[in-house]
Amino acid sequence: MARIGLFVCRCGRNIAGTVDVAEVAGILAEHPGVVHAEEYTYMCSDPGQLKVAQTIADQHLTGVVVAACSPQLHERTFRIACEKGGLNPYMCEMANIREHCSWVHPEEPATTEKAIELTRVAVEKVKHSRPLTPIRIPVNRRVLVIGAGIAGIQVALDAARGGYDVVLVEREAYVGGHMAQLSATFPEMERSRFLLRPKLAQLLSHDNVWLLTNSEVVELTGFVGNFKATIKTRPSTDAEAGLDLADEVFPRGVERQRQESTVEVEVGAVVPAIGYDVYPLESIPEYGSGSIPNVLTSLQFEQLLRTSEGGELRRPSDGAVPREVVFIQCVRSRDREHGMPYCSRICCMYTAKQAMLYKQRVPDGQAYVFYIDIRAQGKDDEEFIRRAAEQYGVLYLRGRVSRIFPQDGKVVVWGADTLSGMNVEIPADAVVLALAMTPAHGALDVARLLGVGADDHGFLTEAHPKLRPVETSTAGIFLAGACQAPRDIGSCVAHASGAASKVLELFSARHLEREPEIAHIDEGICAGCFDCREVCPSRAIEVKEIRDRRGELLDTVATVNDGLCQGCGLCVATCRSGAADLEGYTDSQLFSQIEALSSRWTSTTSAEKPGGGHGG
Amino acid sequence: MAELNPPPWEPRIVAFVCKWCTYAGADLAGTVRLRYPANVRIVKLPCSGRIDCFFIVKALEQGADAVLVSGCHPGDCHYSDGNYHARRRFRLFRRLLEFLGVDLRRVQFACVSAAEGMKWADLVSDLADEVRQLGPYREYHQMCAGDGTGDERDREATHA
Repeated sequence: MARIGLFVCRCGRNIAGTVDVAEVAGILAEHPGVVHAEEYTYMCSDPGQLKVAQTIADQHLTGVVVAACSPQLHERTFRIACEKGGLNPYMCEMANIREHCSWVHPEEPATTEKAIELTRVAVEKVKHSRPLTPIRIPVNRRVLVIGAGIAGIQVALDAARGGYDVVLVEREAYVGGHMAQLSATFPEMERSRFLLRPKLAQLLSHDNVWLLTNSEVVELTGFVGNFKATIKTRPSTDAEAGLDLADEVFPRGVERQRQESTVEVEVGAVVPAIGYDVYPLESIPEYGSGSIPNVLTSLQFEQLLRTSEGGELRRPSDGAVPREVVFIQCVRSRDREHGMPYCSRICCMYTAKQAMLYKQRVPDGQAYVFYIDIRAQGKDDEEFIRRAAEQYGVLYLRGRVSRIFPQDGKVVVWGADTLSGMNVEIPADAVVLALAMTPAHGALDVARLLGVGADDHGFLTEAHPKLRPVETSTAGIFLAGACQAPRDIGSCVAHASGAASKVLELFSARHLEREPEIAHIDEGICAGCFDCREVCPSRAIEVKEIRDRRGELLDTVATVNDGLCQGCGLCVATCRSGAADLEGYTDSQLFSQIEALSSRWTSTTSAEKPGGGHGG
Repeated sequence: MAELNPPPWEPRIVAFVCKWCTYAGADLAGTVRLRYPANVRIVKLPCSGRIDCFFIVKALEQGADAVLVSGCHPGDCHYSDGNYHARRRFRLFRRLLEFLGVDLRRVQFACVSAAEGMKWADLVSDLADEVRQLGPYREYHQMCAGDGTGDERDREATHA
């Protein structure tokens, strides 16, 4: 028999101002199963919580209802209070008589009537509640990092230094990602590879890091703390093997793969750090679709700058030194009609950097920059842009470029200077396009593989833009770097260290505790239709074979993986045989809640009770 | 006693809402002290996808004059696509209800996000007004009692 204790909170005047709290407690005191009902000024205060714990012990309560504010605020508080009193915390329910009642209705009988009904609903629910225990899941303390650009390297180093094993998977033959292709960083003007080299040395010499290049994750199964990844490694080509000597970013000591191989690893966490790509030049017809000589992407120009260090910069078509170079910003960025609607964030800064580095190499040359707005919000960024314009004489032209075409060995640029209102024609020797940053090719495949979300463009989505910027909606999978949104190197490293700290947090315990409000399936009732599996967004429904002692297959039923289930209840509403149910929101709880709202209860003064008909 | 002056009839509305969006939106309406009529009773669920069509039937059977189901906007589901499943389910269910003769104005669906406290308050106000115009949902119980012959008579009884 249920012994329920009811605690009605006055919340100062917040509830008691419009709800007759004494009447709520008084009416519900007579409700079947309620053995204790009282009101108090502030239930969430220490004395209030103590009342709950004390009454549980004194009255041998089997359930507690607190009629107060929204459970979003204090459900945890009162569940802990129940635990202190020796009651299972899941035998506690809250009735929201503040946000949903006293704060939105005036002081009148209907408001008190509503508070009584909401409280009665909670009482009826708790009568059908079951004690639950948090689910304990073992945690495999090894992390899989996908992508060995600067973000992936940072995650791997942080986790390895934290004492955990790291599997670092890179689809290219080299590591370092885009950062290895850059000339210098802005606004510090440090050589990109000089910064990268010690990081790589630490990474490659660390015992905890297992690096797999030429490799891709092709399958991921399991759940937080217990993932299983299949990694496929392709043989390296002769050209890639040649890189070994030529290029310092090719990891030495990694044996050359001669055959395709597949390996399975068990990991507890996964961090996609798959970086970005730039908008394909081939898809920009007004700028020649890549067919006009000396129209370069910003990444191609980075390579020219990198290889011309200490020497002269020469354009690719004929090796001539370009005397006039036009930089065009926002190519397919902030372009809702043809490109990406967002700002790629880093182009203003790297364009200024490229213009300055160009001027260092060709002091008598002229650099022009077509821009829409200059966005220089980072530390020292504004000063950097000013330096480009004032010290290096870079000419900033506000406006768009309508057309680029080749003529007599030049690249003619037609644009508009919207500040002077004049049309501009520049016969340039080279043009550099600051192309929009886009998600890395294959980003959507990775999202699908890992079961994480992606936005309209293909950037992987965080669990919350402000409060959970490195977590995903899938537990145990964290994001690092530009795969989440366009960002610069410094921001990528910070984001990656954030992801690594989430991994370390997860790994700080051998077991993981999860809320037990998840689905379960009664194997005796399950007909094995697996409709639940079709609708489950968490891939938590598994196939279970029931066999007799001789191993003969008797039946195939659905079962819920406790580690994966997020508790949405889709399977429950889908199950036609009623085999599935959801803890905390069971059918019996919900139907009893609905019955508690019956019009048969409405009269608070008469002794009318359920079973008395519809009163028509 | 107060029996001399029985309170005038007020609509009873049961709302099945998702805890991530509409429940929090209703919380917000409270936090910013909006005003709306006290006719609605919220039943909290983890997702609109958890809502069994029987819940709606049960609520009507228990005397609700209208039922409201409210979940997340498309694309906002905490579980990625629970609200799409719910939407599909209720589209079909409404066709069944219509076939059976249930007045669809009595069973409504909405999307209210956690940030839409005002929308929640307006929704409840409008629905309460609409149901007040419609009157008590006696037809449902007469329909269930097998008295499917006298639609006209039932309506007269309602507005008598």
